[in-house]
Amino acid sequence: MSSAARKRLVTALLLAPAAVWLFLFLVLPFIAIVVFSLGERAPAGGYQPALTLAQYANLPARAAAFWNTLVLAPAGALACLLIAYPVAYYLAIKVLPQRRLLLVALIIIPFWTSLLIRTYAWMYILGGRGIPAFLELVGLPDVRLINTPGAVLLGIVYGYLPLMILPIYISLERLDRRLLEASADLGATPFSTFFSVTLRLSLPGMMTGFSLVLILLLGEYLIPTLLGGGKVFFIGNALVDLFLQSRNWPFGSAIAVALVGIAVVLLLAANRITARLSGARQVDLL
Amino acid sequence: MSKSYRDGLPLSAREFIDQLLRFRRGSISRRHFLGVTGLGVATAVLASELGLRPMPAYAAGELGDRLSIATWPNYHDPQTFIDFTTNTGVAVEVNVFGSNEEMLAKLQAGASGWSLFVPTNYTISTYRQLDLIDALDVSKLPNYDAAAQNKRFTAEGEVNGVLCAVPKNWGTTGFAVNTAKLTKPMTSWKDFFDTAMTTGSGRSMVHDYQLTTIGNALKYYGYSFNSLKPDELAKAEELLLKVKPHLFAISSDYQPAMRSGDAWLTMCWTNDGAQLHRDIPAIDYVLGKEGGEIWTDFYAIPKDAPNKAAAYALLNYLMDPKVAVKEHIANGAPSTDARVNALLPKDLLDNPILYPAADLLAPLEFGAAATLTDPARAELMARFKSA
Repeated sequence: MSSAARKRLVTALLLAPAAVWLFLFLVLPFIAIVVFSLGERAPAGGYQPALTLAQYANLPARAAAFWNTLVLAPAGALACLLIAYPVAYYLAIKVLPQRRLLLVALIIIPFWTSLLIRTYAWMYILGGRGIPAFLELVGLPDVRLINTPGAVLLGIVYGYLPLMILPIYISLERLDRRLLEASADLGATPFSTFFSVTLRLSLPGMMTGFSLVLILLLGEYLIPTLLGGGKVFFIGNALVDLFLQSRNWPFGSAIAVALVGIAVVLLLAANRITARLSGARQVDLL
Repeated sequence: MSKSYRDGLPLSAREFIDQLLRFRRGSISRRHFLGVTGLGVATAVLASELGLRPMPAYAAGELGDRLSIATWPNYHDPQTFIDFTTNTGVAVEVNVFGSNEEMLAKLQAGASGWSLFVPTNYTISTYRQLDLIDALDVSKLPNYDAAAQNKRFTAEGEVNGVLCAVPKNWGTTGFAVNTAKLTKPMTSWKDFFDTAMTTGSGRSMVHDYQLTTIGNALKYYGYSFNSLKPDELAKAEELLLKVKPHLFAISSDYQPAMRSGDAWLTMCWTNDGAQLHRDIPAIDYVLGKEGGEIWTDFYAIPKDAPNKAAAYALLNYLMDPKVAVKEHIANGAPSTDARVNALLPKDLLDNPILYPAADLLAPLEFGAAATLTDPARAELMARFKSA
């Protein structure tokens, strides 16, 4: 066997388990959703077979929910990025090595509790007997925090921050410090070293974190429901209502397909931007 | 909830844990969105340990060892199921649901695994039409006495003359108001929405449930609670969109916000109203004088129930007035059964929240089957929530 053929075979074998898994639990269900989206709502709800694009034509009926998601999800991901970067930078570059493990653990530990429970805790912290009660004691009465878009944004940043910190931290930690010295030796100020070396090289980590958070936020429904009081309506909330309340499976499926389409476009765009800015290379598994 | 010096202070750790446990049990107000939050089926297996002492009527193992019931949060006396298990050896698994729509969605999807569930009056004909529930065999329910039932509440258990469901309890949908904060007396849905937009701005809640939220907005104009007429629905939508910026939340889990003082005014079901008023006397329960909803919850057996023998045994047990009376004391909803009313404590029968005056009951309407499946109302609700 030629070495190239052997390489291909090993690569295929390594990828096979993941490919089978993805086919069974991603591709097949997705095909079912596409089939549903071409059908009609049965008179009492559910699905009845048909071949129509009516559900897709009806997508504008959820324009407000799409719009909310497409504004708040990138805003949330951006807020996460801006807060996460300094933290990751501190962890990877500034902190004493013996403390680093402890600090990384502190970021990961909240993940051991369900997001639902942690978000429920925020309902009490932001509710009338939480922070507003404290503010009243110090002379700031009638501050309302819960059930505002701000509370939703806070919940988003709180919930997804670790997902943003960790990839950036990893990309910064692997940064070759000699490049920073070289940059300084060649006369760059710390400021321009940061922008043309550090930031550039951590871009893949930033993009990984940004994509991860953005994709999860596109389907988010828990945080807006609990911290937005049901008044901030994401596309995820629209989907839940369509399947569990009005039982309009075909329309819900069409929205799900549209959402997947949006996510794919955003991901491809993010990949291209990263590739262009950081000069990505083809990486073989062997 | 306490009425001590600690009221109004920030939530204590203890109270938070209580709320959390209550939340994890699914014991939040009726039709709450646990389902929406994805935890939907908060499942608790009650008393599954062995300690079987079969009731004389059943041979050991005849009923199987397990039965699953789908019902509403805070709706049963847990002791009821424990006693049933002790008597029959059948462990009862309780699934708590958020809405009738969600129950229907689950049964339509198939293989729910329930042997018994608790649908509301207006959904039963749809279940029957979709062939999702069994006709009940009354010979297996000797404790059920049709003659003792108040027909006003129980008629919808029969579909085309076939008995498909037997009643659990009835109730009303009104609103709860914290009279310490909103002192002007309120008597109507007009008062409710007008207050929500003025003195109650930022402190008012409506259900995350199309039937009641749209229905009560329709009552503002004096239209039928169940209207499907496009022009009347358009008026209701206009009102809801106008009131939305003033709302504290759109949620059927209003008890925590009412108790903490975050919300002062909310749409409310009988049993929640009774519980709120019992713990915080300043919170009143009001029925809109224009009308609104009256409802009955029933027990029914799904067509694909895995353990019908145990379902009939449990249903018959629940129809025993001595058992039912404990259920009513626990969940605070009024009974349809004269035999049960005869056993209820006087303070429950005299409670106007549970048993309102006849002139307040007269204009109330039962939900109509068409509202369950009507796409126009579902879309209206979606526009309201996403606006």
